[in-house]
Parts: sequence; C-alpha cells; structure tokens
Amino acid sequence: MKSSDRYVPATARPVKVLVLGPFAVGKTTFVRTVSEIRPLSTEERMTQAGQLVDDLRDLRGKDTTTVAMDFGRLTLSPEIVLYLFGAPGQPRFHGMVRSLMDGALGGLVLVDTRRIDASFDAMNLLEEARLPHVVAVNHFDGSPRYRDAELRDSLSLDDQPLVSMDARRAGSAKHGLIALVQHILDHHRRLEHAR
Amino acid sequence: MTASRHRRAGMIRSYAVTGGDAPGTRAGLDAATLLVADPGRPLTGLAAQSRRVMDLCLPGALSVSEVAAHLQLPGAIVKVIVAGLVDSGHLAPRAPFVPAASPYSADFLMKVLKALEKL
Ligand SMILES: Nc1nc2c(ncn2[C@@H]2O[C@H](COP(=O)(O)OP(=O)(O)OP(=O)(O)O)[C@@H](O)[C@H]2O)c(=O)[nH]1
Ligand SMILES: [Mg+2]
Repeated sequence: MKSSDRYVPATARPVKVLVLGPFAVGKTTFVRTVSEIRPLSTEERMTQAGQLVDDLRDLRGKDTTTVAMDFGRLTLSPEIVLYLFGAPGQPRFHGMVRSLMDGALGGLVLVDTRRIDASFDAMNLLEEARLPHVVAVNHFDGSPRYRDAELRDSLSLDDQPLVSMDARRAGSAKHGLIALVQHILDHHRRLEHAR
Repeated sequence: MTASRHRRAGMIRSYAVTGGDAPGTRAGLDAATLLVADPGRPLTGLAAQSRRVMDLCLPGALSVSEVAAHLQLPGAIVKVIVAGLVDSGHLAPRAPFVPAASPYSADFLMKVLKALEKL
C-alpha cells in the first residue's frame, strides 16, 4: 500500500455511519463495496454482557470475548472522510452496537424480505438511541418483492426512507448512503425552520 | 404470505441533537476520531507502544480504528495509548461530525451529500 493510500487528508472531518442488520444480510458486502481501503477488521473485546471494554484493567479479566466488526473508509473530499462500521446483529452484541452509536451520524439497516422481522432489533436499537437511519432492502435470489407501502407498514416506518439496494454494486450502495444523508439534512432543516 | 405477517411495534421519537466536539480525553475518543500528529514533538522518552502509534501517525492522518487495525491492537488499548499522546500534545484528535444546532452543520451535511452524488 502506498502511504498516500493509507492516509486521509489531514484537513478532513470524520463522519461515522453504522451498517446494521441480521446474520448474512449483506453488512460485510456493503462495507467492502463502499470502502476505498481493504476493509479492516478490528478486534474488539467485550464483556459477556456485551459492553465494549474501555479500560486496560478489564482486558486482563478472563470473562471478555473478542468480536470482529467490519470497518471501511471512503474519502469524499479534502474536508470529509466517511467511516463505515458494520456490526454483528446478534443480541449479545447490542452493547457493542450501542457504544458504536456514540458519535455516529446515522445508520443503515439492511433487510432481507425473507425474514423482515430479523431486522427489527437493529431498527429498535437505532430508535432507542434516536439516531437517524434508513432501511435498505437487499434483494436475494428468491426473496419476495413487496410493495413499498406494505414494507413500510410491516416495518412501522415513520419518516425513515426505505430504499432498495444491491450491496454488491457500488452505485446502488452509494444510493443508500445518499438517502441517509438527505434524510438527516431534511430533518435538520425542519428543525432549523421550527426554531 | 404478506410483508405484514410480522409487524414491528415502531416508536420513532425525534432524533437527538447533540453538542460539538468531545474533549480530548479517553472518554471522548471515538473509534472514528481522526488523529493528526505534531511533528514538532520529541519522541524520546515515549513508551514503545506510544512510539509505534507515533511512527504510524506521523506520515499522515488516520482514525483510532485504523491505528488499532494496523498495529493489531484492541481498540480499547489504542484509546488508552492515544489519550496519553493527546494529553502530551503529540496527537491532535478530531471527533466525528454530528449535526448540532448551527448553520455550519447544514453546510457540512450539504457538502457530504454533494460529494456522494459526485462519486
Ligand atoms: N443478491 C444479493 N446478495 C447479496 C447482497 N448483499 C450481500 N449478498 C450476499 O449475501 C451473502 C452474505 O453477505 P455478507 O455481507 O457476508 O453478510 P453479513 O451481514 O456481513 O453477514 P454476517 O457477518 O455473517 O452477519 C454473501 O454471499 C453476499 O455475496 C445483495 O444486496 N444482493
Ligand atoms: Mg459480516
């Protein structure tokens, strides 16, 4: 790797986006598709309760477990660098997801229409944290196609955008990120307006 | 089979609006915090692990998570080392952007959007 590829502009402001969803829904694929660096996997230590360990002392304890999360980067301009974190969906990782939500701009929740309810967990976590998010449906071979209205109803979407995506394709993945930022900007403007 | 076979009990509340930058303490260091090294600071006397972090960060800016991945250290350990280097002035942290109630936030979000659309 050239050093110019390794580093980001020293003037850049980082922007953190989370990619959540159940097992095998396409989180790693999404991060790989969008990332300009070979996705790095950072090993994080957690307690059995699922909290990220944030102290050296705790790391010597024996009841911690190591998990890997997807991690990617996309330099958008000299002023902006996007960091993507794909977190595992199992409930025992909820604590880690919650720690990741701090400092995040928002999240993408991936949905497989063969098991819509498997994404409820991730949506609930983001709502609890009051973190803006969009719902992105990845279509797999043989996965049923529903009308948007039906999906919105099933997912109890309020004003969160619902997009169709193919996490394997860059153009499509980018579309999901645009929907998220547009949603946050719209929300921000409504707030400014109300003030 | 319909999509609403299972229906989620939604509960969207208004999104949180938070403040500005977190301070350069360990608690304020995010996985996505960008680290910019000060080449003017002497490296003599630094512990071996701190020295490794500085060697990695001096040529250019990287996030806490990238430092962890490159050095194959857990994020929590890297945060402890980095916090020390921030306190000694070797590293300047730049926290991830979160929208705050300011015109700057709308401008910045607009820039992010435009940059994504141009990709
Ligand atoms: N058709 C289709 N296949 C996809 C899409 N996204 C991912 N896949 C495929 O689905 C499989 C699982 O994708 P992953 O990215 O590993 O899923 P994950 O969410 O990271 O899974 P875990 O880390 O195990 O929870 C892979 O074979 C991908 O190629 C998509 O948008 N459409
Ligand atoms: Mg994965």
